[in-house]
Amino acid sequence: MANRSASPRKKKGERRCFRLFLATFYISAFTFGGGFVIIPLMKKKFCDGFHWLEEQEMLDMAAIAQSSPGAVAVNASVLAGYRIAGIPGALTAVAGTVLPPLIILSVVSVFYSAFRANPVVAAVLKGMQAGIAAVIADVVFSLGGDVVKSRRLLSILLMSGAFAATLLLPVNVIWILLFCAAAGVGRGAVALWREKRGRAE
Amino acid sequence: MILLELFWSFFQIGLFSFGGGYAALPLIEQQVTRMHSWLTVVEFTDLVTISGMTPGPIAINAATFVGIRIAGIPGALAATFGCVLPSVCVVSLLAFLYFRYRDQRLMQAGLAGLRPAVVALIASAGVTICRTAFTAEQGSFFSLFGVDGVAVLLFLAAFLLLRWKKPNPILVMLGTGVVGGAAYLLL
Repeated sequence: MANRSASPRKKKGERRCFRLFLATFYISAFTFGGGFVIIPLMKKKFCDGFHWLEEQEMLDMAAIAQSSPGAVAVNASVLAGYRIAGIPGALTAVAGTVLPPLIILSVVSVFYSAFRANPVVAAVLKGMQAGIAAVIADVVFSLGGDVVKSRRLLSILLMSGAFAATLLLPVNVIWILLFCAAAGVGRGAVALWREKRGRAE
Repeated sequence: MILLELFWSFFQIGLFSFGGGYAALPLIEQQVTRMHSWLTVVEFTDLVTISGMTPGPIAINAATFVGIRIAGIPGALAATFGCVLPSVCVVSLLAFLYFRYRDQRLMQAGLAGLRPAVVALIASAGVTICRTAFTAEQGSFFSLFGVDGVAVLLFLAAFLLLRWKKPNPILVMLGTGVVGGAAYLLL
């Protein structure tokens, strides 16, 4: 299913929503730790698997999701769903993302003391963490490699600076994102100004 | 009415928690343990532990957990709906604006600045997960200076497999879960 090409745009909207629902449900069920962990999984599924989104769009959406109120995973699904199938898509994606934790936590909250103490559950979950870390590392290598290959000095500086800042400074990531966006706008404004001056001369 | 109260509390949590993940914790704590006595502090700590072990955003986990304990399944639905509603409204609007204006020069320039930062954020989420995954539990057979050898080996194997063979990432995670689970239990 994951490898079949995307169906024509409008005609099969319902089928597309159904696949979107399954995909977000499936991704959400494996997004341990929340937050940015969902971005690499969405990239794998929606960009590399279904070819519904472009890599750059996915990164833009991640930035918007992080800067908006609420859970990053929910915000990212609203954005991806909206892009893939409009408002119905956004609602479908949110339903898919919210249902797994809703179901799992409902079960867990009933049996939570038994669940917490179960050594098999704990061991499997611990093993899965290593796998998630590997998936994230894989995506970081691909995306980071693209940034380095672009040979744009400002981009490389922003990436390494932002990485150091999130790890070392007790600063809200919103400020880091705002700073990087401002740096990008600055670069764009300089380019525009140079173009205008070039034309005037 | 309790369902409305749950809805309203989690609506506020959804609306005012920026930055995702653990950034929402203080807000949740304030709403569920102090403003309403829905959970004790011990139950709240358990909730945080459970959220770390189960999939899903912590705010949604909290909404379900609190909702179900206070008012059963309808409570869980009301709280979760409240928690998600602000995101759906705000982010749909932002999505509309993004797809409408992303071709503007300066908008593009700003987005070009954001993309490398997002890669950095994904990387730092990876570092956080590595830290938890690689920390050995007390008395673990494979620990070396507090580093969990099994986890490191699983990580390396999974990473190399992903780079070379490009398998489905979720199968890789399930695989490390099964292999790692067996290793932790048997050895």
